Amino acid sequence: MTSASPAQRSLLAARRWRAWEPLLWLAAFAAPLLLPSHALIVNEIAIVALFAVSLDLVLGYTGIVSLGHAAFFGMGAYSAALFAKYVMPDPLVGLAVGIAAATVLGALFSVTIQRGSDLTRLMVTLGAALILLELANKLDWLTGGADGLQGVIMGPLLGRFEFGLSGRTAAWYSLTVLLVLFFLARRLVESPLGATFKAIRDNRLRAMAIGIPVGSRLAVSYTLAAGLAGAAGALLAQTTGFASLDLFEFHRSADVMLMLVVGGTGWLYGGVAGAVVFKLMQDALSAMTPQYWTFWLGLFLVVLVLVGRDRLIRPWTWFGKGRRP
Amino acid sequence: MLTILFDGIAYGMLLFILAVGLAVTMGLMNFINLAHGAFAMAGGYITVLLMQRLDVPFLWCLPLAFAGAGLLGAVLERTLYRPLYHKPHLDQVLFSIGLAFMAVAATDYFMGSTQQIIQLPEFLRGRTELGTGDWTLGMGHYRLFIIAVCAALTVGLQYVLARTRFGSRLRASVDDQRVAAGLGINVNVVFLSTFAFGSGLAGLGGALGAEVLGLDPTFPLKFIIYFLVVVAVGGTSSITGPLLAALMLGIADVAGKYYIPKLGAFIVYSLMILILIWRPQGLFVRNGGKA
Repeated sequence: MTSASPAQRSLLAARRWRAWEPLLWLAAFAAPLLLPSHALIVNEIAIVALFAVSLDLVLGYTGIVSLGHAAFFGMGAYSAALFAKYVMPDPLVGLAVGIAAATVLGALFSVTIQRGSDLTRLMVTLGAALILLELANKLDWLTGGADGLQGVIMGPLLGRFEFGLSGRTAAWYSLTVLLVLFFLARRLVESPLGATFKAIRDNRLRAMAIGIPVGSRLAVSYTLAAGLAGAAGALLAQTTGFASLDLFEFHRSADVMLMLVVGGTGWLYGGVAGAVVFKLMQDALSAMTPQYWTFWLGLFLVVLVLVGRDRLIRPWTWFGKGRRP
Repeated sequence: MLTILFDGIAYGMLLFILAVGLAVTMGLMNFINLAHGAFAMAGGYITVLLMQRLDVPFLWCLPLAFAGAGLLGAVLERTLYRPLYHKPHLDQVLFSIGLAFMAVAATDYFMGSTQQIIQLPEFLRGRTELGTGDWTLGMGHYRLFIIAVCAALTVGLQYVLARTRFGSRLRASVDDQRVAAGLGINVNVVFLSTFAFGSGLAGLGGALGAEVLGLDPTFPLKFIIYFLVVVAVGGTSSITGPLLAALMLGIADVAGKYYIPKLGAFIVYSLMILILIWRPQGLFVRNGGKA
């Protein structure tokens, strides 16, 4: 296999490492060292970036409009927190438990998204998140109800590194998990399986006609994404030592969708970029107007859509006829 | 037990009035408008303001709420919504969530985040009991009033849709926009007036429901889920579908909260998911339309 055909080469080129990628990740890992006071926000950004990457699998690569992705985020968070509280405080095992729980939940709910139109899917995903919110609220003997799950104490990472108050360990932990899962997700979307996801997104009918089992592929994508979202949730619960009903709330699903859209769908770095922009923006805006920052968020969304999603991140198309790249 | 049924019907009627505009716009323009609750909230706040600041009687506030929300809807349709009809659903969802966020924050800013209370006039406050024992039917007068208003509106809507020239134009545009436009129907005007009317109805529902549902700045986000359930379960191709769905939802919600308070809203959501797995296009779908 020395001479690859042009088609093969173009397919393979998409999965090759770019020169800027290691630099980006190095910068990310250096951030907690260089800006020690901002380690906490680096941690948060890494977590929501992972969450956005997970939604990208569903929305950007498979074309399922989901307004209830927080269901899996919360599931991962609660199961990791409960595991740490009642079974053992080791973070890595807890992370695995969180991922597993969210994956199982995703497999269960993947039945619901296989049929119907966008509206139906919007509703069932939203309904799934609401059901979990109600469950977490009512099962207060287990989850602490509206007070949240308190008293979660995490053990040291790998038995050595304590989660200190500075949040530096937490930031590196989340970044590492993000890195690993990001490249797994990238393997997935560049694989033949990932190609079938994209085929389904682009044209369901034709995908079916060339023999792609659409229903089961949708289920696979949804389940895997649920696992990723669960990992993000578990990270959040572990690094903050807290899980509350807020994790399942509607605004969390909406926020992550916004992040993904800001960064660009159908591109894994889109989720990461969106998370960075969104978190920094949130930080700045809520420092200025703590109570009303959702107004500016809403305005931003409206403008974003009216201008056009793909044009906002490409300023050179603002003037003139806007030649499509 | 009959009382619960009665309350459920009143609640369901209210939900229907709130959601019917959404059902029509969604069926007509294939537009997923998550900001619909904002129009309902506008109607509610118009009523509150008129009553508290200007001492307008409650009954006069209702048509004003309708007109105010309808006007708001017309302006927004013309300026913001129209460019988005042919965008993908994701864009529509983002746009309307953005609008809803803005409405919530703006209301919070201008009106404060406390729950608003509406002073009902004297004749709507009482309660009548009929029958005895298990079959007691306790009817709050206000709920009776809601049912009467909503039933009258439903009959009126059905008449307009089924019998008038405008109704047939509307149905034609819902079924196939391009052919309707080709036949000389001014689809844009049909859209505009329908959107305004649907928003107006939502405003009226918000005004009527302020006492029952509670009115605070998070109203659009809290109740949009219920509206969407009504639309998704009822289907968008007729108004009887959403009506039955709204009644079912109202009764199920009230009965669920009364008999099994521990489960709360759980039942409604699970029921919705099951129905949507079973019939993804909604329970009551008319054949022949372009779904």
